[in-house]
Amino acid sequence: MSDISQRLATISVLVDNEAGVLARVIGLFSGRGYNIDSLTVSAVDADKSHSRINIVTSGTEMVIQQIKAQLDRLVPVHRVSDLSLEGPHVAREMALIKVIGSGEARVEALRIAEAFRARVVDSGIGSFVFELTGATDKIDAFTELMRPLGLAEVSRTGVAAIARGARTID
Amino acid sequence: MSADAKIPGAEVLLQALKDQGVEVIFGYPGGAVLPIYDAIFNQNAIRHVLVRQEGGAVHAAEGYARSTGKVGVVLVTSGPGATNAVTGLVDALMDSIPIVCLTGQVPTHLIGNDAFQEADTTGITRPATKHNYLVKKSDDLARVVHEAFYVARSGRPGPVVIDLPKDILILPAPYTPAPATAHRSYKPQTEPDAALIAQAVALLKKAKRPIIYTGGGVINAGPEASAALVEFVRATGFPCTSTLMGLGAYPSPDKQFLGMLGMHGTYEANLAMHGCDVMLNIGARFDDRVTGRLNAFSQGSTKIHIDIDRSSINKNVPVDLPIVADAGKAINALLAAWKKDKTKTDAKAIGAWWKQIETWRAKDSLRFTQEKKKGAIIKPQYAIQRLFEITQEMKKETFITTEVGQHQMWAAQFFHFKQPNRWMTSGGLGTMGYGLPAAMGVQVAHPDALVIDIAGEASILMNIQEMSTLAQYRLPAKIFILNNQYMGMVRQWQELLHGGRYSESYTAALPDFVKLAESFHATGMRAETVDQLDDVIRRMIETPGPVIADICVDQKENCFPMIPSGAAHNEMILGPEHEAESAGVTDAGMVLV
Repeated sequence: MSDISQRLATISVLVDNEAGVLARVIGLFSGRGYNIDSLTVSAVDADKSHSRINIVTSGTEMVIQQIKAQLDRLVPVHRVSDLSLEGPHVAREMALIKVIGSGEARVEALRIAEAFRARVVDSGIGSFVFELTGATDKIDAFTELMRPLGLAEVSRTGVAAIARGARTID
Repeated sequence: MSADAKIPGAEVLLQALKDQGVEVIFGYPGGAVLPIYDAIFNQNAIRHVLVRQEGGAVHAAEGYARSTGKVGVVLVTSGPGATNAVTGLVDALMDSIPIVCLTGQVPTHLIGNDAFQEADTTGITRPATKHNYLVKKSDDLARVVHEAFYVARSGRPGPVVIDLPKDILILPAPYTPAPATAHRSYKPQTEPDAALIAQAVALLKKAKRPIIYTGGGVINAGPEASAALVEFVRATGFPCTSTLMGLGAYPSPDKQFLGMLGMHGTYEANLAMHGCDVMLNIGARFDDRVTGRLNAFSQGSTKIHIDIDRSSINKNVPVDLPIVADAGKAINALLAAWKKDKTKTDAKAIGAWWKQIETWRAKDSLRFTQEKKKGAIIKPQYAIQRLFEITQEMKKETFITTEVGQHQMWAAQFFHFKQPNRWMTSGGLGTMGYGLPAAMGVQVAHPDALVIDIAGEASILMNIQEMSTLAQYRLPAKIFILNNQYMGMVRQWQELLHGGRYSESYTAALPDFVKLAESFHATGMRAETVDQLDDVIRRMIETPGPVIADICVDQKENCFPMIPSGAAHNEMILGPEHEAESAGVTDAGMVLV
């Protein structure tokens, strides 16, 4: 418990889809000085009564245990799942990446995009918008490669995550 | 009443409060809540106590809740009514006091328009409450009120705000009774895990230098939990200490009770915490006022922590055996497991431990010298000691509230409690101005009891307007002011930690508290020297109605023992009686509060 090494945690939280619930979660993180590396939220059931919040955070084991306990005691929270600990999981995010350039750089950008299986969702004479889905480090790698080729703008969704196999959050 | 019959929202609200067993509301009217005041006007089941400022209403509800174990209810208007209540809400959050605070709000169609007396109350109070609600649909009203009471009193108790737009209070709404089914998401664990309890007992049976450290969680678990604690501590023969919030759960004085621990705790309690090999924490949260410097806190001990709030475990201090449970249920489980496990404790080691504790106790760390000759200055410790002794002699059922500062610590040290729910103080937030309104709330709940606010002259001025409330409702609370003309604890820190720079801690032009009492239709009296003290205390207790007793005390007295900020338990400063070997304060300690 006194381990001071940091780890990344991908935490999924199933909450009532009600006004202010995201503010409660964000306020908890800012009020107690926890990190948020990424956060996504959306309603996830047919009648939109529940939302799922996916949070990627980092801290010592003691801090991450704290974060989970603090989340769990919020009234509208149904379930807190630490996907990083509870077995294998899939974590993906989507990015829209705008690259502006011409000539050899433009061709090279397109070639790399193919290698990464990025889709071209918009193209003009001097620009592309790529859509790329994947693990965070894959998107990081792609944007790094685009940087010298005219990377102009990045819009990322943040991580959505789910356990592998038949296991579910509730 | 059938669910499809509709009555105005304000009446639905009152019906829900009645169904929740509410007897009294502490409140202050205003434009947005006038429909509720209409509903109050038309009934007699629920009493309304009109305070003089909304902050007073929340502290009064806290005093009511803390002394009865029931949920305290507050009613304030929108905007400034709600913002004035915020301090009390945070106070209740820190000290785990169950409160439901009803706030008025502008009509739903005006929300967000910067309307008159509009404030984003749910936004402002989100981190100030355990939970809050904004009722936007009449259909939700009754359900939300019932749920708010459930949330306020379940698990670790706390304050809940219900923000009520004016149109919701006027429009017809259906009434639904409290649901019999469990809440959809909030289901705090209260039953301890039997295997963990057995492990805890095994650790305790083998302990050579054990200590039981209890907190406010035991009080919150109800008087049965305190009774079980006494039985358990007696069964073990182990020493027991308590936090500020836990005083009264275990009776004091008592052979096995080491007094309060922490920054102004006793020498024996803190050194026993420092030197123990097994620590059993029941319903306390390893607060910084208790632990001192964290990396020096009781390093050699195996720690067992029982708390109803999982997030209190491993927050400040890593523990070896965490048990999430209601304190009362856990103590009863421990007691049963203790009796069942026939292993004997190590009598020789425990005997040696007690011998060690007795040598620490023999230091008599709370010792002070009161000169008794006529005209001598009153020592504040002596004033509280006499207050305790005289209330004992007079056999009065006594409830004590305090403000915040030196007088609060002296009250914790020198007033002894034999029962839970008799001691109301602002522990976590440290809110000056808490004691007078809290005493008001206690007196409302216990009209025939002796309720005393042990106060300082600086704190009392922070909510002095509530004297008017005492007068209106003939609440005979007694205000016992230890008047040293300084913000005593600030002055003490300035003397000990800030080179004697008494910056802004002296209050010039204090009111004449005797005349002030009279102007508020109360009785005022003053003791200037030690020979006048007993007579003033007796007259204060015997005089009907509210009384202010202005006790002029030694201006330079400091509150000892003291663990300075950033110091460890074994580095505590004892008072001048012990020729203080000052541990000194490090730079790291200076930045702490």
